[in-house]
Amino acid sequence: MKKLRKTLSKFPLHIVVITIALIWMTPSLGVLINSFRTSQAMKTSGWWTMFATPFNFTQWTLENYATVLATQDLARSFRNSLLISIPATILPILIAAFAAYAFSWMEFPGRQVLFSIVVGLLVVPLQMTFVPIYAAFNKIGITGTFLAIWAAHTGYGLPFAVYLLRNFLGALPKDLFESAWLDGASFWTAFWRLALPLSVPSLASLAIFQFLWVWNDLLVALIYLGGTPSVAPLTVRVANLVNSLGADWHLLPAAAFISMILPLIVFFSMQQYFVRGILAGSVKG
Amino acid sequence: MRRKVIGVLVSVLMLITLFATACGTATPTEEAPATEEPEAREFEGETVSVIATWGGDEQESFMAMIAPWEERTGATVEYEGTRDLNAVLNTRVEGGNPPDVAGLPGPAVLQQFAADGHLVDLNTFLDQATLEEQYDDSWLELASFEGGLYGLFTKVAVKSLIWYNPKAFDAAGYAIPESWDELLALSDQIVADGGTPWCIGLESGAASGWPGTDWIEDIVLRTAGAETYDQWRRHEIPWTDDAVRNAWETWGTIVTNEDYLDGGTTGVLATNFGESPYPMFQDPPGCYMHRQATFIEGFITDQFPDLVAQEDYDYFGFPEIDPEYGTPVLSAGDLFGMFNDTPSARSLVEWLASAEAQQIWAERGGFISPNKNVSSDVYPNPLIGQAAGLLTSADVVRFDASDLMPAAVNDAFSGGILNYVENPENLDQILQNIETAAAEAYGE
Amino acid sequence: MRRVRFLPWLYAGPTLLLLAFFLVYPSLDTFRLSLYGPDSEQFVGLQNYVYAFTTGEMWIAFRNNAIWLVLFTFFTVAGGLVIAVLADRVKYEPAAKALIFLPQAISFVGAGVIWKFVYDFDPDIGLLNAILTGLFPNAEPVGWLVNSDVATFALVGTGIWMWTGFAMTILSAAVKDVPEEISEAARIDGANEWQLFWRITVPYIASTIAVVTTTMIINVLKVFDLVYVMTAGRYETNVIANQMYKELYINRQNGRASAIAVILLLAIVPVMLFNIRRFQEQEAMR
Repeated sequence: MKKLRKTLSKFPLHIVVITIALIWMTPSLGVLINSFRTSQAMKTSGWWTMFATPFNFTQWTLENYATVLATQDLARSFRNSLLISIPATILPILIAAFAAYAFSWMEFPGRQVLFSIVVGLLVVPLQMTFVPIYAAFNKIGITGTFLAIWAAHTGYGLPFAVYLLRNFLGALPKDLFESAWLDGASFWTAFWRLALPLSVPSLASLAIFQFLWVWNDLLVALIYLGGTPSVAPLTVRVANLVNSLGADWHLLPAAAFISMILPLIVFFSMQQYFVRGILAGSVKG
Repeated sequence: MRRKVIGVLVSVLMLITLFATACGTATPTEEAPATEEPEAREFEGETVSVIATWGGDEQESFMAMIAPWEERTGATVEYEGTRDLNAVLNTRVEGGNPPDVAGLPGPAVLQQFAADGHLVDLNTFLDQATLEEQYDDSWLELASFEGGLYGLFTKVAVKSLIWYNPKAFDAAGYAIPESWDELLALSDQIVADGGTPWCIGLESGAASGWPGTDWIEDIVLRTAGAETYDQWRRHEIPWTDDAVRNAWETWGTIVTNEDYLDGGTTGVLATNFGESPYPMFQDPPGCYMHRQATFIEGFITDQFPDLVAQEDYDYFGFPEIDPEYGTPVLSAGDLFGMFNDTPSARSLVEWLASAEAQQIWAERGGFISPNKNVSSDVYPNPLIGQAAGLLTSADVVRFDASDLMPAAVNDAFSGGILNYVENPENLDQILQNIETAAAEAYGE
Repeated sequence: MRRVRFLPWLYAGPTLLLLAFFLVYPSLDTFRLSLYGPDSEQFVGLQNYVYAFTTGEMWIAFRNNAIWLVLFTFFTVAGGLVIAVLADRVKYEPAAKALIFLPQAISFVGAGVIWKFVYDFDPDIGLLNAILTGLFPNAEPVGWLVNSDVATFALVGTGIWMWTGFAMTILSAAVKDVPEEISEAARIDGANEWQLFWRITVPYIASTIAVVTTTMIINVLKVFDLVYVMTAGRYETNVIANQMYKELYINRQNGRASAIAVILLLAIVPVMLFNIRRFQEQEAMR
């Protein structure tokens, strides 16, 4: 009886959660369905009509996927995307973690001013940095190399990474660090033994988003790396499926789902770091 | 355990870096030609970088076009296609590392780069007499700047066409209109018969509105003549001039008449230009006429692969409005410019200028070659060949004015088109806004 | 907090150097260019700023950024929080969260197509118009992206759809840090779920809410891709960053584009000050 009451009282909760999730899913679901429909069907009838006529096989096709997968150099661009994204995710997070640690646990002159500048830099429009940075890269001869794009994504990703990590590291309790220092631990030891392990959840969420932004980036890659097949990432390939007049956009739904697979795997594999109580009891707010 | 995670991440990073550097050094050998030619080719192992807006089928056609050159010279073209050409090309040029060759989407961009001194004068290595033999003067003139030749047209389109469905016209007993008045009379007739005369679509991403600029240009040519047209596009007469205003209002008789339009005016604004002719081929037809350039054919045949040119779809020329000015032809096209003067880039540009190269793209369809030595028989169907003929036979041919205007004016023009369709009563304000943008762009 | 002399520069040094090169140096250059004409050669004083504050397009952009600021920030943060808290109580949490998160994994090229199938004017293609004309057979379909009265709201809707997953993910991690004992104690004291939410959860994760809100405000100031892909700023949907792009690459007005970028940098100052105060409080309390 009590159990039933509990289930019943939870009923509105389920309704709300499921409704929101369904609404959020609908646009993507529509494109997923359309990615399996012919270009003709996609452009003349709504994806939802397939619920009425699921067995009208003239509308279904795997051709969009076949065409996208047969794109020249697709595998190579997938590899390029990985080669770009993994270092461009790890590097800024690692570098930012050190800085965030210094900003939250070391006293030095100009600390607040420097940190507020970091926050302010979040809003710098990337377009304004392209010409000076590209010219500098060109002088040292690294335009069109992976080094250039790793450096660029690291530079552009740092402000957010420092900001987020500073917020988290700064919220850790003072006692924890002070007792460590009393025990003779150095800043270095405290960083690796205390700060980093305790901030795994925020590191994980930061990693997810930095990875996604880099993975889905088109413009920064075009500027610093270019669109030649040997270095072009997946986003550049996908954008080029469509011609300059916009024809062949019916391939984009299939392409979007193919390029989404990896980010979703990353999201699911990082989920385990969001478990309850990783810090429960050891940290106050 | 978590330290381990971080340790693993760091080592992954190192591995990736190693892998990438290894790949980086391995790539050249990977790309070396498999077949060793006994005789050394002219540019063996060299690369020429090319950037353009073409993707999809266009990119394939371009690669096919340069394949024989690559085979002959041993050089490789590193092609980059992006529709963000403005941002990418601008950064590369300003940053001091422009591509060797660029495909530019219109003479205005070319003029700008030429004025800033970034482009190579093609006359320094291309023979003027040979060019004049192959290209109509107007093509060379459009690509010239202060006495130098900075660009070469390789693919062009004819724009003054009204597409229709011959079977639907026959079934309803409609005749092809010979004048603007007949065109409006036919439109009224179609409405009276319970149909919708026009399909118009202006949506085209960041460039939305351009199909409307083409309408205005065709109408200016037909109501005010080529001379006024030239003054207008050079901003020698203001946008508020009666000749310009009259053209907008003339177009307004069609584009603001809800009865004439499939989907009404909102449909005109919301429909993608490439998909807008589709209703013409429904049964019963959703509309009967669609004004668009030669390249719309590809959109029609993609969606309706079974349709046959001239039987199921055809076009007639945009009719005359004022007999004094007849039926001028409006054209448009992409052109190449050269940023770095290297022997291999010169050789590539020479190849692209040749009839032999341009025939390759012409045969693959979609576009017309401006080179006179490309026969009109090479096009995949007679419709495009016919349109190519129009370019040489017409008394007056004029290039798309909006593509000749500075980008800022072009942008204000196409934005004004959208405003006009949404709020036709604001025409004065709209023309005034474009005039302000133009006055500024021309430094007045 | 321990005072040390050289160590902080060793830890923060790489970050500061990278930022100095990638963002500070170009920003200083931008500031200089904002005082020059279109070709960056002729000094024009504050003329570009006068232009930025007097032209009609910029006022449309300011208005729209204000709309974005209110609607987008509120709905992403509040929505993200509500979903994080509610999903925490159901067994299928990972699945529900994955669905909300999904839009973050889609590139802008993909998002453009996705929303075409929602906003399209043709009720045979656009879901919203299909629902509208299905429910009310007499209703006229709406041109969601081409009607100046609704287009900005349609774009904000897409923005909320894309970014709620971000707010939810960050907030969800914080919600899970709220110690079970505290909420249990409050429940025993007779607090209902509503009171629990306002008196325990919200205060406990206040700093994370501030971080997410700050990030969303910055997103609003920088919003560009979405507008550029879906309407390119037409139909009175222009935003500050899109106008900057236009001045830079279409109008070739380097000076004006730079002035607009500087205005964006100035607009962030209040947010910076708020964050400084908050961090000082945080340090005093820990």
